[in-house]
Amino acid sequence: MHLQEITQASDFEKALPQLSWQTIQEAIASAREDYETVVGLEVHAQLKTASKAFASEETTYGQMPNTNISVVTLAHPGVLPRVNKKVFNYALRLGLACESEITRENVFARKNYFYPDLPKGYQITQDKTPICVGGKVYIQPKGATEEKAIRLVRIHLEEDAGKSMHIEGERDSFIDLNRAGVPLIEIVSEPDIRQVEEAYAYLTEIRKLVRYLDICDGNMEEGSLRCDVNVSIRKKGVETFGTRVEVKNLNSFSNVKRAMVFEFERQLYYALRGWTFIQETRTFDAPAGKTYALRSKESMNDYRYFPEPDLTPVIVDEHWIAQVQEKMPPLPRELYLKFTKEYSLSPYDAEVLTAEKETALYFEEVCQFTKNYKAAANWVSVNVKGYLNELMLTIDDFPIVPEKIAALINLIDAGKINHNIASKKVYPALLATPNKTALQIVQEENLLLEDNTEELQTLIQTTLAQFPDKVAAYRGGKKGLQGMFMGEIMKKTKGKADAKLVSKMLQEALNQSE
Amino acid sequence: MKKYDSFAAIRRDLASGAVTCHALVTYYLQQIEEKKHLNVFLSVYAEEALQKAQAIDEKLKAGTAGKLAGMVIGLKDVLCYENHPLQCASKILDQFVSQFSATVVQRLLDEDAIIIGRQNCDEFAMGSSNENSAFGATLNEVDNTHVPGGSSGASAVAVQADLCLISIGSDTGGSVRQPASFCGVVGLKPTYSRLSRYGLVAYASSFDCIGIVGKSVADIAQVLEITAGKDDFDSTVSQKEVPPYTTALQPLKPARIAYLKEGLDEKNIQQEVREQLEAKIDFLKSEGHVVEEATLPLLDYILPTYYILTTAEASSNLSRYDGIRYGYRTKEVDDLESLYKKTRTEGFGKEVKRRIMLGTFVLSASYYDAYYTKAQKMRRLIKEATDQLFEQYDFILLPTTPTTAFKRDAFKDDPIQMYLADLFTVQANVTGVPAMSIPTGEDAQGLPIGVQLMANAFEEEKLLAFGHYLMEKYVPASV
Repeated sequence: MHLQEITQASDFEKALPQLSWQTIQEAIASAREDYETVVGLEVHAQLKTASKAFASEETTYGQMPNTNISVVTLAHPGVLPRVNKKVFNYALRLGLACESEITRENVFARKNYFYPDLPKGYQITQDKTPICVGGKVYIQPKGATEEKAIRLVRIHLEEDAGKSMHIEGERDSFIDLNRAGVPLIEIVSEPDIRQVEEAYAYLTEIRKLVRYLDICDGNMEEGSLRCDVNVSIRKKGVETFGTRVEVKNLNSFSNVKRAMVFEFERQLYYALRGWTFIQETRTFDAPAGKTYALRSKESMNDYRYFPEPDLTPVIVDEHWIAQVQEKMPPLPRELYLKFTKEYSLSPYDAEVLTAEKETALYFEEVCQFTKNYKAAANWVSVNVKGYLNELMLTIDDFPIVPEKIAALINLIDAGKINHNIASKKVYPALLATPNKTALQIVQEENLLLEDNTEELQTLIQTTLAQFPDKVAAYRGGKKGLQGMFMGEIMKKTKGKADAKLVSKMLQEALNQSE
Repeated sequence: MKKYDSFAAIRRDLASGAVTCHALVTYYLQQIEEKKHLNVFLSVYAEEALQKAQAIDEKLKAGTAGKLAGMVIGLKDVLCYENHPLQCASKILDQFVSQFSATVVQRLLDEDAIIIGRQNCDEFAMGSSNENSAFGATLNEVDNTHVPGGSSGASAVAVQADLCLISIGSDTGGSVRQPASFCGVVGLKPTYSRLSRYGLVAYASSFDCIGIVGKSVADIAQVLEITAGKDDFDSTVSQKEVPPYTTALQPLKPARIAYLKEGLDEKNIQQEVREQLEAKIDFLKSEGHVVEEATLPLLDYILPTYYILTTAEASSNLSRYDGIRYGYRTKEVDDLESLYKKTRTEGFGKEVKRRIMLGTFVLSASYYDAYYTKAQKMRRLIKEATDQLFEQYDFILLPTTPTTAFKRDAFKDDPIQMYLADLFTVQANVTGVPAMSIPTGEDAQGLPIGVQLMANAFEEEKLLAFGHYLMEKYVPASV
């Protein structure tokens, strides 16, 4: 049987024993083109409030195990939760940034299940009234020319569980409850993602957003940002969704990608062979790069959600929303659009500058004092970032105020100094003595460009007189000698001359005296 | 030592020097020792109480004592008292010591009340007879072959047998009023959220109320005034101002009172209980009050609603007792699931397990709408019907219980029959309104009978005043 004859999965299944490995490979390869991945992401972001969601102890990461634990976290008999209202402010910021609808009456619910790192035997969460409903996150995957909106289903508030550690060979497990009760938001997307690049761009955008909004560290290694993926596949052009699986335990962006790729291949193989599978939860084994079934839907926990009777509903009114709205920081996409449209920066430059909020704001500030946005972009992304990267500093530690960087750019643009002098001499001096202005440094160090044309004229004439044979050679057609003359003249000016001007005058001199 | 029936009398004698706190505590300790067979106290804080008494006597001399100096109080074993044992009369909290005090307990201590010990009860406040205790049953002092009621049975017996002046109990479905009725003492369940629940071990959070047992309404008013009100540790507690209950004990006259037709018609009601209620109605009419029959057709649905919702909440509230962090843990298990199963099987008593399973069932995905959702709707309907009654009446008058205290082991094999003991008390918990049981005579066997008054939410002032008036004015008809 040949590949062309395989029109249905059942044919493939029947034919499989007789097929050569190569034929199978070809079949898979051609199916790969016909199918697409359908992915929805569930992102958990740990909110960086000072205290826990329903208790007063602090939330600092990296403390000794079981030190941030009160009787409330330990679920001692008789304790009651109390809402930390700040968690609402945080969730509202993200909701407003994503244009979600804000829920006015927020009822908390209990999600019941037994696990040793869940002290109460239930998690306080939002079930029927998530704080944010709907909304969008705009992404622009690498190589894509247009933005794509990934729709959100909801964003809801909940509390984190503690950490269980199972050490190989040990009979007992270890539990650290410091994290128990730390506030989380769960951001659930619609199954709008089709490609690995889109998933990556979406996660990058979410991380950027939470960092811009200052609500989460966005640190996947420390677990402050966690991600589960819902993956299914379907034939391109088909409207309905296939059976999906949920993959958990993805603690890096690259694992999210790997899990998606693995699931696509696995489900494609099932589809080819005409096998069905059930909706289930799978875990990602990072070293193996594979997913394994955890539990099927039938055997899944019945969480027995019901309204949390220990907390009264939290009412979010217009006034509250307005207060949060008022303090909204600029958003990465807003800045990106401003940088590309208003400042005419390239998408690449805008991307680099908006990757981190602090950099973007610094750049914005520079642009308040200069109109040469392109130069400002270069200075910030090359010189400023270069300095910070080398010394492993953040922009908060950067000594030079944005206005002075702008002044430096303006000096170049006014022809007072050239770029070389600016970056090699003035900039290091500014770093060393940030209380001085660029102009002060230029004057003190006598770095002003020699724009006295008379003086230059003399200098050019003397230089030409110094090398009569070379001048003759130039005039004889060896135009390449111009560089040699330039070097000599610039040496004499100690690099302070405006190279463009010198070049122009030199050319005139060489051509005129013919 | 003379027997005190009111805190006012104690204060008078403390002021005159006729008695000291130390002498009072000594007396109660003797009483506790003498009546040990009633099985009221699970822990007695003898040394500590005596020392505290001495210190408060000093304060009294210096004129710096708190408002409750001289009040000796017992705590039901569901209330947290810092550095004192707390077990909810359950094996599952074996060796547990509370690390904090309930807000209510703290407010009592701040006014120099003396806590004398921890009282037995039905395990996790689940029961109506005080027989569901890991520490054995508590006995009714009037007749030891009868139960004292529950779940705050021992708290009622403590006041009945003069082992302390006041008991702090809890009332989720009548757990203070029913035993108060069975033991011939006064029991108040305040409006839901009037008192902070912080430090009250949860049974069913949206029903649980701390309740007060005493000999007189005035004493109860005093305790309520000090313990009620807002609390940062309980976000569900009412922010309403606490009125001065003690100075407001003047009854409103004439009052409009409804008695429920369904209550009097109930077939399981004991004849003498019915007669007492009728006598009360006649008395009130003769006093010029408006007393009318009203109907509450939903009465039959109150108990099922109550048991569905309370068991649902209980199944979740009791999940924390898993043997992982504190309390009882089974021995010799190799995996997590058996650790949970064995710990909870061995640690909880039969009734608690029954309610956990029932609650888990009604919340399960396949039955949620049929039970939990329906019961929630019914709760709202009962609330609306009750609200309507309070639009027309100041009080609802009902028997506290259909019968007087029943025999021990009477419902051993028939828990549903036992649930009926709560028939008249659960309405106040389902709707959240305040209710009080006051003693009103005895049946032929000499067992106490109680009558229950319910008022609208946050009308404790009215309720206490009227209850006070009823107790002072009314002479029980001989049956």
